Amino acid sequence: MATVTSKTAYGAAPSGASAVASAVPPALPSYPDGSPLTLEDAPLVRGNLSFHDITELVAHHTEKKTPTGWFLAFGAALTGLGILGLAIAYLVWNGPGVWGLNNPVGWGWAIVNFVFWVGIGHAGTLISAILFLFRQKWRTSINRAAEAMTLFAVACALLFPTFHVGRVWLVYWLLPIPNQMWMWPNFKSPLDWDVFAVSIYGTVSLLFWYVGLIPDLATLRDRAVAQGRMLRAKIMAFFALGWTGSNRAWRHYERAYLLLAGISTPLVLSVHSVVSFDFAVSLIPGWHTTIFPPYFVAGAIFSGFAMVVTLMVVARRVFGLENLITIDHLEKMNIVILLTGTIVGFAYITEFFIAWYSGVEYEQYAFLNRMAGPYWWAYWSMMACNLIFPQIFWVKKFRRSIPVMFAISITTNIGMWFERFVITVTSLHRDFLPSSWDYYSPTIWDVLLFVGSFGLFFTLFLLFLRFVPMVAIAEVKGVLPQADPHFYHHHGDGHAGPHHVDFQQDAYVQAADESQTPADESSAAAH
Amino acid sequence: MLAALKTRLAERADTNVGLLAEFENPGALYDAVKALHSRGYRRLDTFSPFPIHGMDGAMGLGVSPLGFLAFVGGVTGLALGTWLQWWTSEVDYAINISNKPLFAWQSSVPIMFELTILFTALAVVGGMLAFNGLPQPYNPLFHSERFGRATDDGFFLHVGRADGRFSRTSTADELFALGATAVEYVDHDGATDVQPTTSASAHALAPAS
Repeated sequence: MATVTSKTAYGAAPSGASAVASAVPPALPSYPDGSPLTLEDAPLVRGNLSFHDITELVAHHTEKKTPTGWFLAFGAALTGLGILGLAIAYLVWNGPGVWGLNNPVGWGWAIVNFVFWVGIGHAGTLISAILFLFRQKWRTSINRAAEAMTLFAVACALLFPTFHVGRVWLVYWLLPIPNQMWMWPNFKSPLDWDVFAVSIYGTVSLLFWYVGLIPDLATLRDRAVAQGRMLRAKIMAFFALGWTGSNRAWRHYERAYLLLAGISTPLVLSVHSVVSFDFAVSLIPGWHTTIFPPYFVAGAIFSGFAMVVTLMVVARRVFGLENLITIDHLEKMNIVILLTGTIVGFAYITEFFIAWYSGVEYEQYAFLNRMAGPYWWAYWSMMACNLIFPQIFWVKKFRRSIPVMFAISITTNIGMWFERFVITVTSLHRDFLPSSWDYYSPTIWDVLLFVGSFGLFFTLFLLFLRFVPMVAIAEVKGVLPQADPHFYHHHGDGHAGPHHVDFQQDAYVQAADESQTPADESSAAAH
Repeated sequence: MLAALKTRLAERADTNVGLLAEFENPGALYDAVKALHSRGYRRLDTFSPFPIHGMDGAMGLGVSPLGFLAFVGGVTGLALGTWLQWWTSEVDYAINISNKPLFAWQSSVPIMFELTILFTALAVVGGMLAFNGLPQPYNPLFHSERFGRATDDGFFLHVGRADGRFSRTSTADELFALGATAVEYVDHDGATDVQPTTSASAHALAPAS
């Protein structure tokens, strides 16, 4: 397995397209010695697809007759949604007393689930905004679905604090609306910052997602016209806003996309920082630490990427998108999971060190109690799932193995749920006064509400998969080598190779393994 | 002044009236735009399923002014956030706690920041739609059946009738000479195919290098 360290290896790039080249790309570039491409150089789209193939591959799934499998999945998701409705109805009728909350533990599963869902959402924005700013073109295959995941995860997250207020019909008191009490919300409380941060995050994510969708909705509109499905064409035309793909429009559109990416980046970092302030500004041992904002943000990206892997591994197989969401994309996501999981693990250890180093007895006890107290099982589940299991991704074979990455993505989400549980419950259940110590257990209504939130998430996600192009068609076309006008000029202008080569970094040497076709993935998985 | 406004609106409605030429790929489209622009054509537009790198330069367009709008939106949001935080704690509902200052900017930062982001995002998206004239329910280009492929794998060049150098026959010949595979004349009442004149058709078969 040879490695190539420099882009000079591309000196003899294949040429075969004449000046009046057709849109069919030439053979995929490979190193002159025939060795496999590195992960960086591997083509973003496989299978020699033309522009039209990509349109067909993605748009087809929104146009075909609804498959039975979708109805089965949707039925299961609707069952979950029904459970959610039941749990909410019972909760609103009786009040939050139906939950397992007790006196020292005033925050239980509701906050755990809130932070869990918000965290999952963050990967979508990371992929759509931060990777965009870093010119990580591989994001184009997964950003649409990841952003949809963000929106739906934020919707699930908002459920919990909304109903945790108890009298949900007065939830508008959290907003800066003049009310009959002539009072304002407490703007100095992180809980009210959360109201601003999460609702604005949801709004901006929706705008970002919709702006990205406009060209693809126009594609669906024009296809519906060509198919003679006029009602569908009218609906799509309404949402596509009359988009034509005019370059004068693309000019503003691309600028808008860049600006949205630019402002979403600090936004997403701020949202989970604000969420961590819910804990960090209090004086409870185990919460009162300055490491929380970066540690929460890393954890959010970690859990969110795991959720993207969970969803994409299934979706690419079911929808036959292995050429767009390639094994290379999944490997890159697994590298992010390995990195952020290790950051999170490092934060856990740092917390311990600081607790010891602070010399504060309460701090030290809080952490020893986490590790060896009545909730030791939650702590060690968290440690195993978040710090230890993802280390398997140091091995390339496992990074490219579908069953392994699916398993790790599930354990990661379990581990990240336990992280929030450990932070919330172990810190509260033994507070400063030993006489008030208690053990917290959820009731069936806590459990049903959480299960129901998955019902809501999957209901929305399945609707998305059915009616909206799940891959950003226009963006994927834009990263094909043949999308660059210079691809067609073979007159020694230095652009003969595919243009993502420009972004190759010499320092990072890595050989991609032999599996270059989707068929090989299953054999790789079998190892 | 009213007359001037009317003329402008009429001109705007006619922006997409003119010749619509299809090209084989982004490279050919890019070359054609570059050539026409250098020959003095200014009312050009291209239609493609994805933004083509370098096309703004070929069409002689500068950087989109959307950034200024984003800045205005951001400043508005920041000002509103600052005002909300200051006015509610200092003026409208002032509570003296241990004689601490009534307004603290430190604890106001998260809300000021979030409102800055919100207003920037609204300005960016609203501005993008406004600059592009969206939503636009009617467009004469939709008369062309071929044009449906502009959102799939078609690459189109449009020369506006309002262009000073526009001529229905000679411009069409120029487009064919630059490698257009088909040219249509699009008006409000429909699209009609335009054939090259004999001298141009021979030329069109040769590759446009």
